[in-house]
Formats: sequence, structure tokens, C-alpha cells
Amino acid sequence: MELDGKCPTGPMESRWTRHKASIKLINPANKRKYSLIMVGSGLAGASGAASLAELGYNVSCFCYQDSPRRAHSIAAQGGINAAKNYQNDGDSVYRLFYDTVKGGDFRARESNVYRLAEVSNDIIDQCVAQGVPFGREYGGTLGNRSFGGAQVSRTFYARGQTGQQLLIGAYQALERQIGLGKVKMYPRTEMLDLIVVDGVARGIVVRDMVTGKVSSHLADAVMLATGGYGNGYFLSTNAKGCNGTAIWRAHRRGAFFANPCYTQIHPTCIPVHGENQSKLTLMSESLRNDGRIWVPLKKGDTRKPGDIPEAERDYYLERKYPSYGNLAPRDISSRAAKQVCDEGRGVGPGGQGVYLDFAESIGRLGESVIRERYGNLFEMYERITDENPYEVPMRIYPAVHYTMGGLWVDYNLMSNLPGLFVLGEANFSDHGANRLGASALMQGLADGYFVIPYTIGNYLAQGKPAKIDASHPDVKAAEADVNDRVKKLLSIKGKRTVDSIHKQLGLLMWEKCGMGRNEAGLKEAIARIPEIREEFWKNVFVPGSGDDLNVSLEKAGRLADFLELDELICRDALAREESCGGHFREEYQTPDGEALRNDEKFAHVAAWEWKGEGSTPERHTEQLQFESVHLATRSYK
Amino acid sequence: MSAIQSTAERPVFGSITLKAVMALTGIVLYGFVFVHMVGNIQLYQGPEKINGYAAFLKSVPPLLWGTRITLLAAVLLHALAAFTLWRRNLAARPVGYAHQSFQAAGITSRTMYWTGPVIALFVIYHLLHFTLGSAHSQFSHTDVYTNVVVGFSNVWVSGFYVLAMLALGFHLFHGGFSLFQTLGLRTPKYEKPIKLVLAVLCTVIVVVNVSFPIAVLAGLVK
Amino acid sequence: MSGSKDINIKLRIWRQKGPGTKGGLVSYDVPGVSTDSSFLEMLDLVNERLMEKGDEPIAIDHDCREGICGACSLVINGVPHGPRAATTTCQLHMRSFHEGQTITVEPWMAKAFPVIKDLIVDRSAYDRIIAAGGFVSVNTGVGVDANAIPVPKENAELAMDAAACIGCGACAAACPNASAMLFVGAKVSHLGLLPQGQPERQERVLKMVEQMDAEGFGGCTNMGECEAACPKEIKLEVIARMNRDYIGAKVTKRPKGADKGGGA
Repeated sequence: MELDGKCPTGPMESRWTRHKASIKLINPANKRKYSLIMVGSGLAGASGAASLAELGYNVSCFCYQDSPRRAHSIAAQGGINAAKNYQNDGDSVYRLFYDTVKGGDFRARESNVYRLAEVSNDIIDQCVAQGVPFGREYGGTLGNRSFGGAQVSRTFYARGQTGQQLLIGAYQALERQIGLGKVKMYPRTEMLDLIVVDGVARGIVVRDMVTGKVSSHLADAVMLATGGYGNGYFLSTNAKGCNGTAIWRAHRRGAFFANPCYTQIHPTCIPVHGENQSKLTLMSESLRNDGRIWVPLKKGDTRKPGDIPEAERDYYLERKYPSYGNLAPRDISSRAAKQVCDEGRGVGPGGQGVYLDFAESIGRLGESVIRERYGNLFEMYERITDENPYEVPMRIYPAVHYTMGGLWVDYNLMSNLPGLFVLGEANFSDHGANRLGASALMQGLADGYFVIPYTIGNYLAQGKPAKIDASHPDVKAAEADVNDRVKKLLSIKGKRTVDSIHKQLGLLMWEKCGMGRNEAGLKEAIARIPEIREEFWKNVFVPGSGDDLNVSLEKAGRLADFLELDELICRDALAREESCGGHFREEYQTPDGEALRNDEKFAHVAAWEWKGEGSTPERHTEQLQFESVHLATRSYK
Repeated sequence: MSAIQSTAERPVFGSITLKAVMALTGIVLYGFVFVHMVGNIQLYQGPEKINGYAAFLKSVPPLLWGTRITLLAAVLLHALAAFTLWRRNLAARPVGYAHQSFQAAGITSRTMYWTGPVIALFVIYHLLHFTLGSAHSQFSHTDVYTNVVVGFSNVWVSGFYVLAMLALGFHLFHGGFSLFQTLGLRTPKYEKPIKLVLAVLCTVIVVVNVSFPIAVLAGLVK
Repeated sequence: MSGSKDINIKLRIWRQKGPGTKGGLVSYDVPGVSTDSSFLEMLDLVNERLMEKGDEPIAIDHDCREGICGACSLVINGVPHGPRAATTTCQLHMRSFHEGQTITVEPWMAKAFPVIKDLIVDRSAYDRIIAAGGFVSVNTGVGVDANAIPVPKENAELAMDAAACIGCGACAAACPNASAMLFVGAKVSHLGLLPQGQPERQERVLKMVEQMDAEGFGGCTNMGECEAACPKEIKLEVIARMNRDYIGAKVTKRPKGADKGGGA
């Protein structure tokens, strides 16, 4: 099936404006007659829930954390892009749009990306009005920095805690609506199924994580803003609780899953220390503005970094990509790090690391400037590794960070299931095959503040479906499914802990479907994941009961979904016979090791349809049109 | 946790309001302690001087009673607010820690709930001792000097005075600093100077006040 | 990583079945802990071993493990977030402990933070304090250019210092009076220092403090334990600012209804 993204046509610059002018509206007095469900309270969820409540809708918002303020958007460090051109360096909406399409390796929808670039400026205005304490210049105006993959300074930041500050802004807006009674908040509540009646999304089934109570919530539309599925790899920079359950459950109920194989491996993370490692910590990409990345020229060089003379160092990013150097986009930098480590030139325990060296910039700018710029990051590094980065170079290694894939949505952010909207990282729409730094915050807030408030009205205005209540057979059935699954997980009483199986799955994914992928490896993974899944359902041990707070039970449910989702990632990676962005197929590369796209065959979105357990999912496509930006080979040399 | 809503009632007097009451009454009491100390230095200038000072104070009833009423009101408000806050603070942690290590709290802040009542007991005894005269038999309403000498000749009484003055010093140091914090006058810029001035002031108050019983016991004042 | 080694420790951990039930300390011997692992990774190990024996794991709140989400909340040897200054529990590493050490782990203890299970407490009181007034009332789409209102860099920096709060609750957990004033003061300061926060400055502080009192937090006795425990190094100065704003608002703000209602 060929999917229709329902993108407006005509001149790119006015598509969103004209679309807004042509979509249907709901009378202010009628908005309070609609109820909406928002799952997730990160940047997209909190901003969306707050904005919709401000408009007058009744919103129920759900999150698994104990407070909406803890959603993992909070961990974004570096910044948020906007085309303000405050620095007078030639930035514009078009340039941000162009950079994002190109950065995404020409696998994103032009219309969506243009809209994203367009509303980026409104986001900054909104956040400042809320009291987000962005970094400022002495004159009192906003400061900017440049970020990986961009040649202009368009990134707004709040120290190394930009995500936190933006989320707190959205969270405060959300709490204001909670206080006003327009949003009903359900923290520590996990969505475990989507209720679909006659092909329309009508509600969700949730489990109260404190009491274990399973209940259903019905609404006129359901929005998922549940983030990405990076934890499918076990080790990632995601929070421990991040999971793919909400989108996966929706997928099993009919929502298409688009481009699952587009996973972003972030180049600057702290390397793994041992097998008890529970997660990977990201070091902001902004460090690459002043740090130089290198490895020894010689294989197996065990000398201390300071003892290796300049001539015996390989500043490989500067060598390979002279115009971008250490600021090359994430996918390229990560792959380059993997390459040098595969060559046996990696540093640190296990040779899985490269140096990020500040000696030169400390010499040039002085330690105090570096401390002012990155002090908190240096402290964090020192806390974790017990090494002082002012004296010895940091060691970094790539780690799974962000997933560009997600549920398929049209231009209105609605999935193929009417009434199901997907926002932020949970959808697939704006980043193509690779996300540029400081664009995730932009997209989450764009979707929540400035897109969904318009597009959901258009859907609601098209007429209400027949009224249903909790006694509807489809609602009952969904609730029963959830209860059965909980019981089943608790009754297995096997020998393996959830984490041990999750680690096994994650390692397989990292090796076969990580930074480099090939046909044989993917086929092997597709064969082995069902075996691990079988082992899980036969031999997992979930202690405790379903009637109270049970961390193991929560984790088991999430892993059960990853065990299915990861297989889809591999299937998608196998089917996409090209290299693009975060998806690097070793068979498809240029002679000098760069990604080789196949625009003829793959300039499309792959959207997978669930066909039931044990059946192969079906791959649908949506052809991508490039009208404003011409398809070209990305070059950062 | 599906939205546990707090059912607690809003107290009539908020915690900051009560603390402001303590701070303002604290200023009054600070002033009294200081003036009282300065007045008492006249003990060292002989019986005529200090007895004359006492007679002067009593010769202006509006001043005397005005001061007494203000002080009584300040003490009562100070104690009432402290008691209310203390009860609330106790209730705020119904189950304590098996192991709690203090990182910042010094001795003066941690002993406020002890030094306060010790000072209250002292004040009661002090009034009985030197104002009402019911604490000892040789009391004279006009001869303050003799009252002091006789009173402090008792080692136990003097010991209690010394102890109470140390408590007062602690209380005034932390109370004085808290006063700036409560009234929002504390800023990082003046934090160190304020602490220094308070330390000097409290030391002077303790040393001077403690000097009276010691001087009597040492026979310097007789 | 230079000095990585394995140590053996003994834990005394608070276990509590559920809200309202009686909890107590339970001892566990934990051999073979890498000093490179984080405190939470050490507890992961303990939990894996418990489950291998068929026991229920210790319930802990944690999420990002990067020191920013504010979920982790353990009182370690009598100090919220443990012995290392300016460090959340998740960023605390086992190299801060020594061979043979006994480590006591308790949940945040406060009436306003009731225990849900083991070391997990309910901190929704903090959310309700924010809902009472910890925001700027602007709807989406205000449309004023971000650079239209300059903010002195110094104020922006001070506001950021206060806004760094992660809402973990360590301040109230550390305070001998279980007072939440550092948390409330941080929000009052963050918004009160910016021009965007001025219109609601008085209303905000009054409502937030009222909610704070209603939640059952204690009062400040200026001991400084909150400041010492705060993983984001928020200063006592924010409490002074809150007190100043509160007293000012109490004195100068007209009672509700005193202003003439508009109405078209």
C-alpha cells in the first residue's frame, strides 16, 4: 500500500500557513465538550497537554514517572535550534529546513521539516515568555552556540541543562492547567493497550503502578508522546524507564510503525566500564566545539595519552572531514569512531573508546573559559570515571541515543488509525534517517505547542463517532488482554531475571543492528530474537504480585514488547538495502567508507503493518518528494 | 499514584508569618538584652551608681511599665510562635531516620529548641530572684547592689547563671542570624560581616553577663 | 577507572511492604562490588541476586541515572544522596565507600512524602506546590519576540542557579524539620528574578507557601542541611528571597475582592 502523508501542496514557504487557514475549527464554547488523552509528559506531551487545556479541551495526561517533571526530555543537555538569526550569520527558516533535510540524509518529509523550521522561532518566544532562563549576553539578549552539523550559531541553551529548563517550562504550564482542573494528571500510570473501536482509536488501558489496578480511559482522541525505543538495546543514553510499550501496543492494534531501523548512535558518551553497567551517560555534543577527537596512529598503543607525541596522533575527524572536522554530524562521527576502534586503535579498557582532548583549547582560551563553558560536564565526567578531564583527555564512545523511527503519522500528526495522534520522538516524521543536534527539543515542542493544537481540532470537527462507554465489548476485551498478560508474566516463575534477558537481547542488537549492519548479521538477529522471546515467555522470573508496586513486573512487560519491536528494527534494516543516516549497511558504502544511499529504490518511508503474532509484518511505503532541496550526496568534507 | 490530593487544612498562620513574628519579637528582645547588659555594667561603679540607676528606672512608671508590657508581649509571642512551629516541625517527620548525619547544622542551630526553654526558665528564676525577690530572704526593693552580691554568693545560683548565659549566647547567635534570613535581609554579600558582628556581639553579651557572678564569687564585687 | 577494584560491603536497607505499613532496616551482605559501578548499579546487583534466590527486589525510584531527572532518592548513611557533595544518588559511585563498610539506606522521611514501598516515596506534594503558583501564566502563542525583553545576564544566571532544582526532595529529606523551603524558594527565586515572572510575583509566593504549609512540611530553622544536601547546590539565599517576597506580599497585597472587578 502506498501511504498518503496528506501534505499540503504549493509553495513550501506557505504550506503550513495555508493549511492552518483551511482546516476546520472547534468553537471555543464547544471545546470543553471534548476529552483528550495524552500519554507521556515530556516536551511533546507536557506542552501538548498544556496547550490543549489552555484552548479549553479536557485533557487526561498519563506518565509512568512519579511526576511529569521527570520525563527523559529533561536529560537533553546541549540546546534547541531556532532560525532566529539573532547572530546575523545568515541563518533563515530555509537554511534550518535545508540543514535538517540534508542532515536527515534526505529521508524526511520536506513539508514537515519546513513547518518545523518555521515554528522554531515561536518556540523560543514561548519558552522565554514562560521564564525559561536561556543563556544571555551581557546586553541582556539571548546567546547562541553552534552545534554539530550546523555552520551557523542557531542553538539556544540554558547551560548544559537545556532540556531540563524547557521541560520545566512545559511542566509548569501543565501544572498550571492541573491546578485549574483542565488537566487530570495520572502519574505512575502506565499505558498497556490502545482501545480501537471500528478502526478508530477511542481510549487506552492503563495500569496504576502503585495499586496494580487496571482500568480503561475513553476519549475523543488519543495522543501518544511516549518517546523513543532506544532501550531496545538495553544500554543506551535513555532513562531506565523509557520504553516502547505504548507505541508497540498501538502498533499491534493497527498503527503503522515507520522506519524502525533509523536509530541514532550518539558519538560522545562515556564508555562502558563493565558488565554491571546499567546505562550509558551522554556527554553533550557541545563539547566537540572545543574538544579535538583523536586516537593513536599505531595499533595497540598503550602509552598514556600525554606521552603520545602530536605526530603519532590521528585526529581522524579533522583528517577525513576538513570543513566540519570535529563537528561532523552524529552518524558520521560515530561510525568514524567505530572504524578506528575496529582497526585496533581504540583507547581505554577493551579498546572501546577515543580521546576527546581539550588540551589545545585550554592552552588557547585558558582553563577558566573552558570551565565556564563546560564545567558541569567536566564534573559529571570526573564523577563517573574518576579522571580529571582538565588534565587527561576524556574517553568517549558512541552509544544508542535517539530513535528517528516511530509510529507513522501524516502531516497532521495522525497515525493511520483515525483518532490516534503521535508526537515527539514517538513519531517518525521530521528527522529522516539522522537527527541533527539540538533538533529533538525543537521537534518535541513544535509538535506539542504549535502543531497538535491546530490539527487535532481539524480531526475533532469532522464529527464525533458513536458514543461508547466502559462496558463496550472492545473496551472489555482490551482490559482483559492486559489483565491476562499481567497474570501470565507473574505465573511463569522461571529462572531468568528480566534484566539478564534484556541484556542478552541488547547485546545482540548492538552487535547485529548497531552502528554497522549487514545482511548476514540481520538475518541472524531475526532468527535469534524469537528464540530469546521464547526463552523469556518460558523462563522469566517475575517476583511479587500484580496488586501493588512491582518494578519487575513493569520491566517484564516492557521487555516483552522490546522482544517484538527489536525484531521489527532488524527486519526494517534488512529490507532497506542502502545506507542512510543512522542506518549503515556495510554492503552499501562508497570506496572511502561513506554511506551510499539508493534514492532510486529507497527514497521512501517504510511503514510496517502488524499482521499478528507469528506472521511476518507487511511493509508499506510512502514515497518522499524533494521539491525544494535537491537530492544530493551528503558531504561534510 | 493516581493523584493523591492533600486533605490537610491550611493553617491560619503560615510558617513564614510565624517566623516573622519570631524575628520581630526577637529584635525587641535583642535590644532588651543589650540595654540590660549595658545598664548592669554600673555594678562595677559601686552601689550608689547601680542603685541610683534602678531608682531612676522606677521613677518613670510609664517607661517602666511600658517596657515591661512590651517585653512580656514579645516573650509570649516569641514563645507561642516557637511552640507552634515546633509542634508542626515534629509532626512533619513522624518517622525519624535510623541514622542521620548532619553536614551543615552547627551546635547553635541544633540547640535552639533547648536553649530557648533554658532561657525561659532562667528568666522566670531571674524575675523571682531580682525583681519580685521571692527567691531569697535578704531581698531589698531598693538595694540592687546587695541583692546581686548576696544572690551570686551562692555557687549553684551563679553556676546556673553562667549556664543560662551560654545558652543565651548560642540562642542569640543563631537567632540573630536567622532573623536576617527570615526577614529576607540576608544576602551573600553581607553574610560574613553579619556573622562576624553577631559573633562579637554575642561574645560580649555572654562575657559581660557572666562576669557579674564570677566577680562576686571571686570577691571583686562585695 | 585507574583504581578499579572489588569491595565487600554490608547494607542495612529500609524495607516496607506498602503505604501505612511498618517498615524497618534489613541487612544484606554484598560481596564483590566494583568500585567503578554506581550506587544504583550496586543495588541492581543486590536485586539480581535477590531475584536469583526467588525474593522480591528492593523497590527504588530512579530513572535517568544522569543526575537530572530527580527520581533517585536515597538517604545513604544519614545523608540524602550520600556522602559526595553536589551529587545525586545515581551519580554516586562505589569508590566513595571502602572495604567492609556498613551502609545504611533509608527513604526520604517526611509526613508529606509518604512511603509507597521500600525506598520509594510519594513526592506529589511538590507537584501540587508548583500547581498552586509555580509558573508564569502565559498561554501558548504569546508571540512576543524573545529578544524584546532584555534580561541582565546576572539575573539570568541567578535565575538559572535556582531553576537548576530537580525536585528530588533531598532538601525536605535532609531538613530536621522536613521543611520544603529550599524547593519553594528556588522556584520563587527562578521566576521572581526574571521580568516574565513579575506580574504574578506576589500571588505566586503567597499561594506556593500556603500550599507548602498545607502539605505538612515543617518550617525553616535555618540550619543549612538542605543546602548541604542539595545535589544542584541551590543556596539558602533563595529562602531569604522567598521570605522577603512573602512578607512583602503579605504586607502590601490587597485582599481578594478589594480590587474592582472588570466585566464587559
